[in-house]
Amino acid sequence: MSDKEPLFSAKNRKLLTNPLGSDNPITVQVLGICSALAVTAKLEPAVVLTISVTAVLALANVIISLLRHTIPSRIRIIVQLVVIAALVILVDQVLKAFAYDVSKQLSVFVGLIITNCIIMGRLEAFALGNRPWPAFLDGIGNAAGYGIILVIVAFFRELLGSGTLYGFQVIPQAVYDMGYENNGLMILPPMALVVVGIIIWVQRSKDKSLIESN
Amino acid sequence: MENLINIFVKSIFIDNMVFAYFFGMCSYLAVSKTVKTSMGLGLAVIFVLGITVPANYMLNKYILAEGALVWLDPSMADVDLSFLSFIMFIAVIASMVQLVEMIVEKFAPTLYSSLGIFLPLIAVNCAILGGSLFMQERGYTSLAEATSFGLGSGIGWLLAIVGIAAIREKIRYSNVPAPLRGLGITFIVTGLMGIAFMSFMGIKL
Repeated sequence: MSDKEPLFSAKNRKLLTNPLGSDNPITVQVLGICSALAVTAKLEPAVVLTISVTAVLALANVIISLLRHTIPSRIRIIVQLVVIAALVILVDQVLKAFAYDVSKQLSVFVGLIITNCIIMGRLEAFALGNRPWPAFLDGIGNAAGYGIILVIVAFFRELLGSGTLYGFQVIPQAVYDMGYENNGLMILPPMALVVVGIIIWVQRSKDKSLIESN
Repeated sequence: MENLINIFVKSIFIDNMVFAYFFGMCSYLAVSKTVKTSMGLGLAVIFVLGITVPANYMLNKYILAEGALVWLDPSMADVDLSFLSFIMFIAVIASMVQLVEMIVEKFAPTLYSSLGIFLPLIAVNCAILGGSLFMQERGYTSLAEATSFGLGSGIGWLLAIVGIAAIREKIRYSNVPAPLRGLGITFIVTGLMGIAFMSFMGIKL
């Protein structure tokens, strides 16, 4: 990789766009499922968590990438955990200061960003072997791919489950008067799994190369 | 005593780690291909949870929580170190996992090689850190309560992963629509298992 490579060369653009589709962290790499499912009953926590994960992942990728020649490989997991944990503490304190309600709603899931496999997975697979700028793009791209799934799942669960979007009522009262009811099942945890299952189904029907053998 | 049994049963069935909070989904999805390996991983998780939750409880009670350092000096009553809890908890967990890894490598080499990368990854299994964070957030009041919560959560996780592994072994012989094969059907089956587990919700001991 030469120093004169443009900031947004084709290769770097791929780092940003691949995770949105064919290399999506959730549906293809199977990373970071836990938080994706648990916070998606409403859109607002899903968006806040996505922003937090983006910040942590991009910064951690850059830091580890800068340190990649100095970290002995035997203790790299501990080093990575310390970097991630320090960043997550920062995010947690910021959320507690500026968005206390959402921070209460997310409860332990902010802390669980530490053990979110996306972050460890990307650090191991990408940041340890690449320069800071591509690592930064990879972090943003993967966090965006993660966020997209979160927002899609939260959109359907909030719309069908409570008839609201981002806290605003979108299904008009007239529809309720005609006998429409919110589907309470959508709010319950198991439906998140089914919704993600359906997203995987749709994605793999379109892109046959992703189909697994049984 | 009744309280302890209550916490234990509740953390196995009602607040099941996998079905109610989706903790540890990554290894849950990746290791659940055969019953044997998932049993091994489940036992390792029970062991690690059973040690780290009480250990982190002591850490929280005597070092991290607000006013916890009073035993050191009365003037430290308003020192609140709880912002450090993430990093302290993860350090305890990482060292415990290292210990388990060495024990398994010594006494069960076949299990060690079949678990592969997932044994060190228990350190970043959300179920473990989630157990400690829930323990802190729910404010269990004694070491015994924290221990029974840790063990119960571990057993609940084992139950879930062995259940899905058994189903996946059978599902291999069924005609699943091609795009759903593997990951997709596992998600949907887990969702159905979660709905089944919700029937425990009304139980009060």
